[in-house]
Amino acid sequence: MQHSLPGKAEATLREILPRLVLSPSLFLILLFVYGFILYTGYLSLTDSRMLPSYDLQGLENYARLWGQRNWITALQNLAIFGILYILICSLLGLVLAIFLDQKIRGEGILRPIYLYPMALSFIVTGTAWKWFLDPGLGLENTMHLWGWESFSFDWIKDRNMAIYTVVIAAVWQSSGFVMAMFLAGLRGIDSEILKAAQMDGAGRWSLYTRIMIPQLRPVFLSAFVVLAHLAIKAYDLVIALTNGGPGRATELPATFMYSYTFTRNQMGVGASSAVIMLAMIASIIVPYLYAELRERR
Amino acid sequence: MFLGKMTRAGLGMIAALGLSTSIASAQESVEVLHWWTAGGEAKALQVLKKDLEGQGVSWNDMPVAGGGGEQAMTVLRARVTSGNAPTAVQMLGFDIKDWAGEGVLGNLDELAAKEGWDAVVPDALKGFSKYDGHWIAAPVNVHSTNWVWANKAIFDELGLKQPGSWDELIAALDKIKAAGYTAVAHGGQAWQDATIFDAVVMATGGPDFYQASMIDTDPDALGSDTMKTVFERMATLRGYVDDNFSGRDWNLATAMVINKEAGVQFMGDWAKGEFLNAGKVPDQDFLCFRFPGTQDAVTFNSDQFVMFKVGEDRQDAQMKLASAVMSPSFQSAFNVVKGSVPARTDVPNDAFDACGKKGMAELAAANKKGTLFGSMAHGHAVPAGVKNAMYDVITAHFNGEYDAATAVEELVNAVESAQ
Amino acid sequence: MSHSSQPAFSSGRLLRACLYAVLILFAVYYLLPLFVMLVNSVKTLDEIRGGNMMSLPKNFTFEPWLTAWSSAQIGVEPTGLSPYFINSILMVVPAVTISTFLGALNGYVLTKWRFPGDKVVFGLMLFACFIPFQIVLIPMARVLGAIGLAGTTSGLVLVHVVYGLGFTTLFFRNYYAAFPDELIKAAKMDGAGFWRTFTRILLPSSGPIIVVTVIWQFTNIWNDFLFGASFADFDSMPMTVALNNLVSSSTGVKEYNVHFAGAVLAALPTLIVYVVSGRYFVRGLMAGAVKG
Repeated sequence: MQHSLPGKAEATLREILPRLVLSPSLFLILLFVYGFILYTGYLSLTDSRMLPSYDLQGLENYARLWGQRNWITALQNLAIFGILYILICSLLGLVLAIFLDQKIRGEGILRPIYLYPMALSFIVTGTAWKWFLDPGLGLENTMHLWGWESFSFDWIKDRNMAIYTVVIAAVWQSSGFVMAMFLAGLRGIDSEILKAAQMDGAGRWSLYTRIMIPQLRPVFLSAFVVLAHLAIKAYDLVIALTNGGPGRATELPATFMYSYTFTRNQMGVGASSAVIMLAMIASIIVPYLYAELRERR
Repeated sequence: MFLGKMTRAGLGMIAALGLSTSIASAQESVEVLHWWTAGGEAKALQVLKKDLEGQGVSWNDMPVAGGGGEQAMTVLRARVTSGNAPTAVQMLGFDIKDWAGEGVLGNLDELAAKEGWDAVVPDALKGFSKYDGHWIAAPVNVHSTNWVWANKAIFDELGLKQPGSWDELIAALDKIKAAGYTAVAHGGQAWQDATIFDAVVMATGGPDFYQASMIDTDPDALGSDTMKTVFERMATLRGYVDDNFSGRDWNLATAMVINKEAGVQFMGDWAKGEFLNAGKVPDQDFLCFRFPGTQDAVTFNSDQFVMFKVGEDRQDAQMKLASAVMSPSFQSAFNVVKGSVPARTDVPNDAFDACGKKGMAELAAANKKGTLFGSMAHGHAVPAGVKNAMYDVITAHFNGEYDAATAVEELVNAVESAQ
Repeated sequence: MSHSSQPAFSSGRLLRACLYAVLILFAVYYLLPLFVMLVNSVKTLDEIRGGNMMSLPKNFTFEPWLTAWSSAQIGVEPTGLSPYFINSILMVVPAVTISTFLGALNGYVLTKWRFPGDKVVFGLMLFACFIPFQIVLIPMARVLGAIGLAGTTSGLVLVHVVYGLGFTTLFFRNYYAAFPDELIKAAKMDGAGFWRTFTRILLPSSGPIIVVTVIWQFTNIWNDFLFGASFADFDSMPMTVALNNLVSSSTGVKEYNVHFAGAVLAALPTLIVYVVSGRYFVRGLMAGAVKG
């Protein structure tokens, strides 16, 4: 095949072949991701309600969006949820990884136990979680039956606390995955460095705080990106656990966007909330990407 | 030889999988999008499926459950946008009008004229089954939403009789509460809160007020003192609900009444299925009566099969489907199972139980008197956007975020900004 | 790979006991929902209605599992979940294969055949991981309709490939970035072209990252509900949609034991994948996916 081509054409082919190989993927992404983002941006400026309409009406949807109490609640909830979720998952993941790295007997059993929640969708676990958190059916009831009468755990019914139950379930799902990332990071640290540090008389504590955890910086970043995108996209979790309730106390931007676009027939407002969400995602991801990509070579 | 073996093995497998019901390509078929996906209601649909198969039309089932059809409506949007609309879609209330407005629905006029639908379907239902004077949907049932379900043992024990007015209701609830039961079994989900709200509006302001506030969304009615009383009454009812109500599914609330933990539940007639399934008998183990103060009126929601525009080759099957839905035998068979009453007023009531017979009689009476109204809570009074705006206020108030005066104000604002 | 340092808390029996206690405590936390599902899936409905959700079954019954698999009402047909299982497999296998393969190629080009602007291309692909899926429903439906793939398994495969590309490319790119360039150069000197270098040099040592990518993609695609519900037809509906039909019917009677059994059944493939290949998963992450 190659020999049948004249020398010059062959060279050109070899030159552009890699780019040719990449182009279908790039084409798909440009169309189905960036094309659709532009489309959504356009919809946010139209009077679309039930199905897309193409009559522009300016920024009215954005004005409506910021006038909605639900939207403000959703943003506040995202702040609470996002910060707690990312912090707890990272911390728990790191601690469990360090503990598991202590030549633990039964690591082969514990690891999949920590990891498996990531394999399940909330369509599967939603009901179980809902029961577990329900004071009349779940933990509180069980404790009462076991004789601990004063035990109280009714957060899911409490407007001010319900968002924290969402955090509990979300941490359950992803902290094991973060643990695996940290564990992999710990195992990947060059043993020479550790030996040298030990020879210098570094204690176990300082071995972790001074040498190993700083080495995990790239893992922290990867974990942050994975968790941040899960937090912003969090949808089925809320639907399964509280469906946005009590009242609308656990509304998140993703649930807001879905309900305005698809069940309230205000597609324009839904699209404008999607644009804001994308802007938020970009403000987190783009600096990360920039730093990541510049650093390398 | 070898091929023959393969084919036979293949056929065997297909038969074993239960797919043997002839899938010849030339055969007529209908695709039906619905959310009756489990238990009795899905079984009831099978009556329809069998009926059609008897006429040589195969039934391609497209069930999508979740959120009282919300999920299915999302799917429908995707399907219509991709130019792949189903033959028929189960739909409720204003969704039908909204879709009709998009100009994507079929036309059933010819069939309706032939079978005389106009004479047997209540006018209030026709408001949804017809658009611009054309038939676009075949109504399957009428659920009425202003029912009270009561545990008869508790009522007997405390010597209570069916309350006929708001004050009698409160007196009864007080007694039930004092006896140590949960007075009102309720699940704190927006649509459940709104279901009670509907009934309280009707009981407090009467049919005219319901029409003005919930259907015409007249700002004066929404902001009136009567509406303030409605919210105050909602707060009163909140006092009879247990602390653990938030987020509870309606059927778990029903179970509380069944298990003699709670006195009454305010819920649509689908609750009956739960009682029957638990082996309870109407009038013997449980009572069904209208929400006190709404005895002469019925708030309803009605499931309809909306027919979409399809290619000419599929229209014949579509008409057969519509005709089968409207046949009195299906209307009776389906609604006996579903707990609702037929959408046609000329269906014999022999097969129905005591509650069902009562429901049919009251529906016919309300239709005559002009007191049959679409339920706001179930999307039969106002468009989805307005409905959800009302939900927000009702739920927030029920959960203690607003007092009655603020709630009235918020209601007026929310409705205005959603329109 | 494993460092030979002394474990941090090896001294002191007490400390070590605490360590195990904490680890086991968290194991309980992670296992609780699964426990709730399993225990209640083998109880009778009466026992569930009247009893403690955490208690062990008094009358053990396997009936709910059989019902969920083969006779539960999913829509009009009492088929159980079994037919939808096939649909899911038909969708997941090609989608995972194609997206993994494309991801490997992209990663290869982006690290070993660099060209001006390659970083921008990678950045564009990576950002695609973060698009909220809800916003693509309507435009995607239009595109699928336009190219005649609406309501088909192929259409679903396309959707999952597109929205998996970002992650698969990320995984392979990070992995191949750590792969020594010298080996590639040597191969090129020996006259190996683009494809030969890929198939002979890189692919054979890509085992760990392929495991990670396949697990990731398999789980995400198997568990997807939104796309499955929106773009599938009656004959291509995946397992999750059927499960949802089983568990969240609106006004039907709720058979919780059947729901839980169905939920566990639907989750079995991903569970098995995680448990069986969990060890390789960490190894694969170690080999590249977490190196920034």
